[in-house]
Amino acid sequence: MTLVLHGRRVVGGVVEGEALVSHETISGWGGIDPAKGTIIERRHELHGVCFTGKILVFPGAKGSSGWSGFFQTTRLLGTAPVGMIFTVTTTKAALGAVVTRVPTVTDLDRDPVEAINTGDWVRIDADNGIVEIKRAAEPVDSAGQP
Amino acid sequence: MRLTDDERAMLGGAEGPAVAAAMDLLVRYGEALDADRLCDVRNVAGTMTQPSPAKARLVAEGGWDKAFAVINLDCDDDIEIPPMRVPTCQLQQGFGEDSVGVAPYPKTFVELQGDAESFYGRRGVNILATCTPYQVGNLPVRGEHVAWMESSAVVYANSVFGARTNCEGTASTGAASLTGKVPCWGNHLDHNRYGSHLVDVRLPVRDFLDWGMLGYFVGDLVQEERPVVVGDIGVPELADLKHFGAAAASSGGVELFHLPGITPEAPTTEAAFGSRPVPEAVGYGHRERRHVYEALNSQGDSADVDFVLLGCPHASIDQVRAVARALEGRRLHSATQLWIMVPRALRAIADRSGYTEVIERAGGRVLTDSCPAMSRSAPPGTRVFATDSAKQAHYLPAILGIEAWFGTLEDCVEAAFTGRWAGELR
Repeated sequence: MTLVLHGRRVVGGVVEGEALVSHETISGWGGIDPAKGTIIERRHELHGVCFTGKILVFPGAKGSSGWSGFFQTTRLLGTAPVGMIFTVTTTKAALGAVVTRVPTVTDLDRDPVEAINTGDWVRIDADNGIVEIKRAAEPVDSAGQP
Repeated sequence: MRLTDDERAMLGGAEGPAVAAAMDLLVRYGEALDADRLCDVRNVAGTMTQPSPAKARLVAEGGWDKAFAVINLDCDDDIEIPPMRVPTCQLQQGFGEDSVGVAPYPKTFVELQGDAESFYGRRGVNILATCTPYQVGNLPVRGEHVAWMESSAVVYANSVFGARTNCEGTASTGAASLTGKVPCWGNHLDHNRYGSHLVDVRLPVRDFLDWGMLGYFVGDLVQEERPVVVGDIGVPELADLKHFGAAAASSGGVELFHLPGITPEAPTTEAAFGSRPVPEAVGYGHRERRHVYEALNSQGDSADVDFVLLGCPHASIDQVRAVARALEGRRLHSATQLWIMVPRALRAIADRSGYTEVIERAGGRVLTDSCPAMSRSAPPGTRVFATDSAKQAHYLPAILGIEAWFGTLEDCVEAAFTGRWAGELR
C-alpha cells in the first residue's frame, strides 16, 4: 500500500529511505550527539537511537538556538539523516534543515508523525512537496525492532 | 521571496563573494520558512569563536575564513571574510585563560578561542563573550529588528526591549552580520507578537527565586507560545526578568512574554492580546509554586553538595555584589567549590569594586565568558551541584550527568559553607 502526502518544500531534492519517527520534539544542543548521529536526551523516546541515513520524521525542534549548528555538524561528520519531514515550522527546524542540506518537507495535508511509522519506506520529492510512503510489512518500533 | 534591488545585487556578487554567500543562505533560509521578504537589522548577536572539534578541523584546513564560510554561512567555497556590515557581538563561548587550572577545559580550546577572537575582532565582531549582551551595553530599542541567538537573550530582547528577533542560529546570524538582513518572519511581524495565554499570579512574586519558578511554570504551560502574566508581581528588577525569561525558555520555548504595565508592548492586558479576546486566566498559586520547586529538586538523592553554581544567565554587577556580601569573612567547605559566571566587562568592575577579592578570599571563583553547560565543564569530580538558576538546574543534569539542587542564593551559599543541601521552600 502506498500513501501519498502533499506539502511544502523546505529544502529541495529527491531522496528515499527508511523512516525514523519521533513523536516527541527533538533538541539539537544537549539533545543529539552529532559525532554518532544519535539522540541523547535522557527521557526521549528515541534515546540512544541513530538517525544517520534515515528519513527523520518529527513534530518539530525544541530547545537551544544551537539546533541548526548541531544538525549542520552531523553533515560535516557524516552522520546526518538523508531527509527530514516535520510538522511545525520554526526557525530552528527550517535553518537546521537548510544547513543539513537534505531534502525536507513540511505543512503536509496529514500530520506526518501520525501518518508515517518507523520502518516505512519513504520517498521525498521535496521540489514538488510530495511524500510517498510504502508501509513496512509489519510495524516496527522506534528502535527498528519488529 | 521578494528581494529588493540592493538584496539582489548582494546575491549577484556586487559586494564580493562572502556577502553573496550570506545572501544565498538567507534566501534558502527565508524560502524554507516561507517568508515573503527580508528585513533590515543593525544588531547581530551570534557565535563565531566557540570552539568545537568540527571547527578545529576546518581551521586546520583553511583558517578562520574557512570556518566562518562553512559554519556561519553554510558555504563550501574558499572565500575571504570581510568586516562585519552591522554591529555584531560574540555571545558566550568556551572558557578563556582565566579558567586554566580551575575548570577542566581543554587547553587547546582555550588557545583556539583566543586565536578566533583576534581574527573576528579584527573584522568588527565585538567580543562581549556573554549570554547577556544587554548587561554590557548592547541595548536594542523598541521596534528594532535584530538577529540574536541564545534563548535567554532572544526572549529578553523581544519582551523587555520590544525589539524583534526570532531564535536565530549560527548560520543565520553569520549571514545577517555580513548583510544586515534576516528573514522577515515570526516575531518580526505585528500579528505574531500578541499574547496567547493569560497567567494570574495569586501570591506575591518579588524575589529572584520566585521569578525563576514563575518562569519555569509559564514555559511549561505555554511551550513556544506567548504568555501574558498579571497579578501580584510588583516591579521586577533586571535580574528577575532575566531569570524569568531564561526559565520560560528552558521548560518551554518562550521567545516573547508580556507583563502588562511593565513591558513595552503591553500597556494593558487588553493591549497585550491585540484585538483578540482575553483568554480565561490560568492561576499560579501555592500549589503550582510547590509543584515547580519539587520538579526542579527531583533530580538527585545525595545532599552532599560538591559544587555551587551562580550566574546563569551571567550575573549582573548587583548579583556579584550580593554574592560577595554573602561570602564576606567566611570560608567555603573544603569539599565544595563555588563559581559565579559573569561577563568579562563586569568582571573588571567587580575587580575594581573589591567584590572579586572577597569572593576569592572565601574560596569562590569569578569566571567569565562561558558556563558549565556551554563548556561541559564543572569542577573535577562533581557529583551534586546547587544553583539559584532554574535554567542550569534544568539542563546540567542531562549535560554533565550530575545531580541538582535548586534554591535561593542564601541556600546555595549555605551549602557551599557546610557541604550539605538544607534548602527548602519557604
